[in-house]
Amino acid sequence: MKLEDKKRVLREMVVHRRFEERCYQAYIERKIGGFLHLYPGQEACCNGVMEAARPGYDYVITGYRDHVHAIKCGADPKEVMAELYGKETGSSKGRGGSMHIFDVSKRFMGGYALVGGPFPLAAGIAKGIQMKGGDEIAICFLGDAANNQGTFHETMNMAALYKLPVLFVCENNLYGIGTAIERSTAVVHQHKRVCGYDMEAAETDGQDIEKVYEAAKVAVNHVRSGKGPYFLELLTYRYRGHSMSDSRGYRSREEEEMWKQRDPIYILRDRLIAEKAMTMADYEAMEKEVDAYIENEVIKFAEESPEPKVEELEKYVLADRESQLPWITGKAA
Amino acid sequence: MAEIMYWEAIQRAHDEEMARDPLVICMGEDIGVAGGTYKATKGLYEKYGPLRVIDTPISENSYTGLGIGASFLGVRPIIELMSVNFAWLAMDQMFNSAAKVRYMSGGQLTAPCVFRSAGGAAHQLGAQHSARMEKVFMGIAGLRVVTPSNPKQAYGLLKSAIRCDDPVYINEHELMYNMKGDVPDTEYFHPLEGSEVTRSGTDVTLFGYNISVHWNLKAAEILDKQYGISAEVVDLYSLSPLDREGIRKSVSKTHRAVVVGEEEAPVGVCSEVISVINEECFFELDAAPVRVNSALVPQPYNHGLEKAAIPNAEDVVAAVLKLFGKA
Ligand SMILES: Cc1ncc(C[n+]2csc(CCOP(=O)(O)OP(=O)(O)O)c2C)c(N)n1
Ligand SMILES: [Mg+2]
Repeated sequence: MKLEDKKRVLREMVVHRRFEERCYQAYIERKIGGFLHLYPGQEACCNGVMEAARPGYDYVITGYRDHVHAIKCGADPKEVMAELYGKETGSSKGRGGSMHIFDVSKRFMGGYALVGGPFPLAAGIAKGIQMKGGDEIAICFLGDAANNQGTFHETMNMAALYKLPVLFVCENNLYGIGTAIERSTAVVHQHKRVCGYDMEAAETDGQDIEKVYEAAKVAVNHVRSGKGPYFLELLTYRYRGHSMSDSRGYRSREEEEMWKQRDPIYILRDRLIAEKAMTMADYEAMEKEVDAYIENEVIKFAEESPEPKVEELEKYVLADRESQLPWITGKAA
Repeated sequence: MAEIMYWEAIQRAHDEEMARDPLVICMGEDIGVAGGTYKATKGLYEKYGPLRVIDTPISENSYTGLGIGASFLGVRPIIELMSVNFAWLAMDQMFNSAAKVRYMSGGQLTAPCVFRSAGGAAHQLGAQHSARMEKVFMGIAGLRVVTPSNPKQAYGLLKSAIRCDDPVYINEHELMYNMKGDVPDTEYFHPLEGSEVTRSGTDVTLFGYNISVHWNLKAAEILDKQYGISAEVVDLYSLSPLDREGIRKSVSKTHRAVVVGEEEAPVGVCSEVISVINEECFFELDAAPVRVNSALVPQPYNHGLEKAAIPNAEDVVAAVLKLFGKA
């Protein structure tokens, strides 16, 4: 990665981390409701892959741990936070919530709550790209435990069979809620599971963004050049519980500490400091600046935005009726 | 009688049945080491071990099928679908295998399994985590459907479901796991069929099940105190088969019916109950029966919209007053 890109991405990752931590606080304050799944610890995965791809141009889809992926694709953090607050200005107009962030204008095709649901949707998006003839690719970010859904195998087969331009990124954080991967899955290394479909696959360290970036470049080039799908496994860890009601009784504090020693943000920060591209003081100033941005712009926007109107409860259920009248009435001119 | 919580009642039923019969097992996501999302299987893994308390992969259709297959050989699996929303994925096995195998095999094979899941809208869980699906299950021949409205039923219905040779689907509610209620200290089997008159009245019957029974009880209180209307509350804890006789009896007494469910109206439990009323006791009616349901929208995330989408006791009161021409 180029030096200026690394500096930019470091700041982005700090924004992502602080955004998520601020969500935690807002949840405690009951400003955010429902289920809330946070991303700290895994930032290098989304950032590394998307640096190798084209955010806002390539299509991205994921599960319920979706805030950072949306922001990385170009969604405005203010609108994402407003969505978490359930506001009309939110990215899904307050109708979706944390698990359903969408910003189709940035080709972020959404977060979905059903584990394994996005696999076939990603392949379908890739099919659409194939039919339209563009050079975009579809990127599907999901967890390790999702690979135990039938949709995983069914989709891998079709993606390989139809040579679809789709990159599957498996963020293997070793747990599906409170079940450790070796207790749910016969193989821990997930990239091995697609060899039955003759799909290209690789595994790399998901904590070091430069390694993620290098592996993702190979993967993205493969997919974009028309050679068919690719499966990239990133070994990573989520620091917080699965969602907010998780006391993490299924894993040890030592294990958590061990992973925190390999924090994706600090790995990049320390490298930049060692390369004399920045100082610790620069970093700390940047963190402060980010905190101020989150508080004064992102949170402020969410707080001050209006609630959706109850009279509009049924808005967005179906297409605007007027626009469909020829078909609804059978009187197409 | 001890007052315990709904989840404790379910846990106790598991524990008693597993202690009694080594072929009773339970399976589902995060039910073992983690003790279950709603604690319904707490402590069972430690007590009965991994062969009988199975933490499954996130493979709803296939682990449900696996449990059904085991039940062909006489194993009695209690299969938890963490949330009813995920039961959509298991419906192929539930409907095509469990519900039909007895019939298809001319009675040679049965699937004595229990399916449990939490349904309903909780707090802002959004469109993909708030489904009411009892309407789907109750339309399938070969499957029993029950839905406990209190800890006693939660305990006793699960006990009976485990013993029953038919597949039984138990519809619980996300908001009810911490509800307290009296449960007999001695072993108790709740009937899988029938209905219960929870509050007796003379002017109108409020039919409900699961959480809507509680809205109806509250509504009956308001109707009595503020309007002098005596409402009978009937708890349809068995959705399949529906208690036609119980429905007939109550309507023949009150001559008016309001049917209340958290589900959306179309093709629902409530429309089915109204059909039964028409079939069983149309000429007893003094007014057309009405239903109170959720709005026909995917559940919104926003708190205000969510509240507006779901009915409550006030909506039930309003429907009754309209029936009496008072609104
Ligand atoms: C079909 C379905 N089954 C179960 C769940 C409940 N659930 C939500 S997340 C999750 C674990 C998923 O783990 P993984 O795919 O590794 O992703 P991670 O949360 O670790 O990022 C489970 C079981 C669900 N949302 N959808
Ligand atoms: Mg995981």
